[in-house]
Amino acid sequence: MRRKKSERLRRRAGAVYCGLIYAFLFLPIVVIVVNSFNATESKPYLSWKGFTFDWYGRLLQNAALLDSFRNTLLLAAVSTILSTIIGTIAAVGMFKYRFRGKSVIDALLYIPVVIPEIVLGIALLTLFATVNIPRGMLSLVLAHVTFCIPFVIFNVRARLDGYDQSIEEASMDLGVGRLKTFFHITLPVLAPGIGGGALLAFTLSIDDVIVSYFTNGQTKTFPLKVMESIKSGVAPDVNALSTLILVFTVLLVVLTQSGLIRRLRRKR
Amino acid sequence: MSKHALVQIQKINKFYGSNHVVRDLTLDVREGEFLTILGSSGCGKTTTLRMVAGFEQPTDGKIFVGGVDMAEKEPYERDVNTVFQSYALFPHMSVFGNIAYGLRMKRIPKKEIRKRVMDILDLVQLGGFERRMPAQLSGGQKQRVAIARALINRPKVLLLDEPLSALDLKLRKQMQLELKRLQRKLDITFIYVTHDQEEALSMSDRIAVMHDGMLEQVGVPKEIYEAPASKFVATFIGETNLFEGMVSAVDGDAVSVAVESGTICGRAEGFQKGEVVAVSVRPERMRYSTSPVKGFTIQGVVREQIYVGSVLKSIVVLPNGHEIKLERLAGDVLPMDGPVYLSWQPQDARLIHPRDQEVYHAVETAVME
Repeated sequence: MRRKKSERLRRRAGAVYCGLIYAFLFLPIVVIVVNSFNATESKPYLSWKGFTFDWYGRLLQNAALLDSFRNTLLLAAVSTILSTIIGTIAAVGMFKYRFRGKSVIDALLYIPVVIPEIVLGIALLTLFATVNIPRGMLSLVLAHVTFCIPFVIFNVRARLDGYDQSIEEASMDLGVGRLKTFFHITLPVLAPGIGGGALLAFTLSIDDVIVSYFTNGQTKTFPLKVMESIKSGVAPDVNALSTLILVFTVLLVVLTQSGLIRRLRRKR
Repeated sequence: MSKHALVQIQKINKFYGSNHVVRDLTLDVREGEFLTILGSSGCGKTTTLRMVAGFEQPTDGKIFVGGVDMAEKEPYERDVNTVFQSYALFPHMSVFGNIAYGLRMKRIPKKEIRKRVMDILDLVQLGGFERRMPAQLSGGQKQRVAIARALINRPKVLLLDEPLSALDLKLRKQMQLELKRLQRKLDITFIYVTHDQEEALSMSDRIAVMHDGMLEQVGVPKEIYEAPASKFVATFIGETNLFEGMVSAVDGDAVSVAVESGTICGRAEGFQKGEVVAVSVRPERMRYSTSPVKGFTIQGVVREQIYVGSVLKSIVVLPNGHEIKLERLAGDVLPMDGPVYLSWQPQDARLIHPRDQEVYHAVETAVME
């Protein structure tokens, strides 16, 4: 009897503990979402003044904010594509071939990952200034590709672990040339690793502040724009856009986790 | 090109750096035959097979398939197909996709692909499995898919690289029979690589024994087992007792050899007095008696007896400490630690010339598994 009681107590304590952790994690996000519907005008927007869609309307008129968001999407897309292509080729090459200095190159890959972003930012800015690359979208893409590549390589390489190269030989054995073998055998088998790397690169690029801050020139990305505007508290239309991004992200996660995409693909 | 040699391997050498893995190998494979390349791991047998497939290039020498020089041919241009040791199934394709892959890439009409895949699935007894993914198959089933995939292109030669080594004993026996059946039915030339001498003996039309990158002997299984050309072949295929000594007398085809334990005899031609030789006597050819016999004998003591069902294996120790293996149909048990007199029919002893790389000692040794 007593044992049952203490068991119940323990469970309750566990539940409370978990609840606190989740509250800590999610409360800030909830505040953002709630504030995006909050009709208050007075900063720092801490009191609830009624429900409104105004901020979403305001967002659509905030050309600078939308512009920065468009920049961020474009930047993330381009640097994801480039870093995924470069990273995949690098990972496959480093897996397949032995060459001198391979271990050094292997070790060097970790540098961009562990190096403080601020150092990377300064270094890139110096580089761009020295070789006269105009600061703007081009320099941003170059910078983002730089710090995304290692992550793509790590992801693809994890997939290559345990990859049986004889399946490529089997393909050639069946009369299929090298290039076709790459596209029909190597690439599909590595796809999960490549996809994971690309997703990671996209995520890293889309919310990067520090490196972008050093290399953006006049081009404003969404995180930079937000940074600028929070000097006077988070603007409500930023809340609105953040909420929209949040909804989109959560939707994407739910879709992939539930295997819906895979099911759809199989049907096709 | 002789009419019947489908694959000709001519004096090929292969180096990996300074590592000489295949030495001066010359081998003809006849049309429609089941040829096994047998050797222990690292003997160059797989490398040889991969050179025929085109995955490796010989350092020098030539390979012809159907009379065509393969030197400039990429793997995908050769009329041979391979069954890989690891199966090498495409993990992202179903059984059907795996088998149809080669045909699809050749843009063969869908209807024909379907028919051919279904036919070959029936042939390897995997009808109804076409929608399974490789991960959902057992080892034996994967093996069948790999075979079906390699056969669908109707190659002139099928190369098999230790295809059964990952299967358990029972399944392996069953697949051996099935492979043999397939080979006869399709009348395709098989080049089969294995380290399993039993597998080689039971399946092959001819066996090529390789050792240290060199071809030791090529012949039908009976020849290989009963008339080994070298010490290595004698000891690698089956169990044998080896005596090393010097030819002491030659009288026609009766040869006497002096070994440490006395003089033994064999029947052979082409040996001269004074020559150093090895004499191989199979355990099942050994005769024994518990009392002294006429003619030559070697005396020893029964050390161990092992009952393995169909036969009784005994180990006899000679005075000089060497162990001799004998094998009898299960029957009477010899008295343990009792004296035993060994002998054999002269024709059951095989005399072997030494090879350059082999060092012979004038003592006898028993070689066991």
